Amino acid sequence: MRVLIPGAAGALARKLAMRLRDGGHEVIGIDRRPWPDAPVAFHEVDVRKRAAEDIFRKVRPDVVVHMATVTSLLVGGEERYQINLGGTRAVFEYARAHGVKHCIFVGRHTFYGAGPESPLLHTEDEPPLELYRFPELADLVAADLYAATALWRFPELATTVLRVCYTLGPSGHGTLANYLRGRRVPLVLGFDPIFQFLHEDDVIRAIELTLTHRASGVFNVAGPQPLPLSVLVRSAGRTPIALPEFVIASMLGRFGFPELPTGALGHLKYPIVVDARAFQQRTGYGCRYDELETIAAFKAAFPTPP
Amino acid sequence: MHINQQVREAVDALELPFNALGVDPYGVSKRHLRIALGVLAILHRYYFSVRTSGIDNIPPRGRAMLVGNHSGGIPIDAAMAITSCLLEMTPPRLAQGMVEKFLYRFPFLGQWASRTGQFPGLPENAERLLQDERLLLVFPEGARGTAKLFGQRYSLVDFGSGFLRLALKTRAPIVPFVVLGAGEAFPTIANAYTLGRAFGVPYIPIPAHGLPVALPARVEVKYGVPLFFEGTGNENDEVVHGHVGRVKDVIAQMLDAGARSRRGDVDPPGLEA
Repeated sequence: MRVLIPGAAGALARKLAMRLRDGGHEVIGIDRRPWPDAPVAFHEVDVRKRAAEDIFRKVRPDVVVHMATVTSLLVGGEERYQINLGGTRAVFEYARAHGVKHCIFVGRHTFYGAGPESPLLHTEDEPPLELYRFPELADLVAADLYAATALWRFPELATTVLRVCYTLGPSGHGTLANYLRGRRVPLVLGFDPIFQFLHEDDVIRAIELTLTHRASGVFNVAGPQPLPLSVLVRSAGRTPIALPEFVIASMLGRFGFPELPTGALGHLKYPIVVDARAFQQRTGYGCRYDELETIAAFKAAFPTPP
Repeated sequence: MHINQQVREAVDALELPFNALGVDPYGVSKRHLRIALGVLAILHRYYFSVRTSGIDNIPPRGRAMLVGNHSGGIPIDAAMAITSCLLEMTPPRLAQGMVEKFLYRFPFLGQWASRTGQFPGLPENAERLLQDERLLLVFPEGARGTAKLFGQRYSLVDFGSGFLRLALKTRAPIVPFVVLGAGEAFPTIANAYTLGRAFGVPYIPIPAHGLPVALPARVEVKYGVPLFFEGTGNENDEVVHGHVGRVKDVIAQMLDAGARSRRGDVDPPGLEA
């Protein structure tokens, strides 16, 4: 199949592109970020620009895997909105206009939000719950819900929304890997949520299975059982440092800590765990790396810093 | 056997899917269970001198719902029921309570509750645990139950009906149980509602002895014969309330018989569980 990947220069997307190419697919990547010496056809364009639509028109892909969303909270405000929501809208409009058969939106399980009253596991039919505590995630939530509207707006286009849990692995990319990068990892004193994560190769396989099964619908994607954050931090060879919430909140943006909204602390206090059975049933997906192997893969690539 | 050793062996004998790090899929941790139950076991044996009867009424495996009464301002009843299931059942089982949601806002409390399998009392959580063949611990009186004053300790307040719909839907047996003595251990003379709101809790119980600790009252936990109800969980309220009434009657009878035997009256035959 001919697969177009908006956001192809991202760490996970590069792996996906190469994996699909090795699987015999014709892969075309687009991204506004460069990908030097890309091993697949690559166009350095912004997905929201006219040049991107021209690629859809010329290439006429069978499948689009939309990975051009920004999760990092260091990109803020209007720019995030334009990339995440404007970009998603553009991808679906082009997909419909240029004969795409299947469009996959790769979203995140943080969609559901973290709060003291969250259920043990989230199922796909739940609305996002904690948005008022963490409004900075509104653009990603909106992009997820907007992508899902394609299910009824464009019935001729198979649409998949994947809500993927945290990824971890040798590339060291992603929210969780960044958080675990240093030798000491800050935790909120008195809180120890369970964290659900998946080896990055397993994420790639999940997307590949979505594509081969043309699984249409909204699916949570997760693999091994979750672990308490403190256990995860220790298993990764890091030292958890539990600090009172007000101390962490006052450190954000200072002493080399990233400038995060205080709502982000909810994700260190309360769990977000998804029920991924629907996806397993639809695609036969099973992860290859359990929770310990996944941590070990990260730790091997990023040993405890001195 | 030394009590710590007994707790350790019981935790190791739990038939839960712990991974290599001793954590189950819901985050229940063997390490936390050992510590928390280690403390509760000492209270169970030496402080409250808990006497348990009818523990064989709890199914050794598979989904089931323990349904009991609250009394006393702090949930000593829940703690002692959980401890009895761990120490006095063979194989031991982890009773998983459905806890008031406000608890999870507080540092440490929510963390320890979650690590020991005591989760927020949401219907979807209860259903998931039952579908997973766990042993659920439910107090249908809810926070109204822990608000009982000392003189009301052997009475029951209104039961919610959610637990029964869930039992019907998941075809789970209901094991009625009563805890006697928690009202003596924490004799509430008043509840401070306004002060409670300031701390983010529904109320703060004020005990007769003035201190926020339980007194060493003798506690009894009695489990009754399991009740089964046929249905789907979608019945009309009248039907469900009828079933709830039956559960409540059974618990009220057990409570009454227990209260009389504590006063030294002789149990009428047939009412003892």
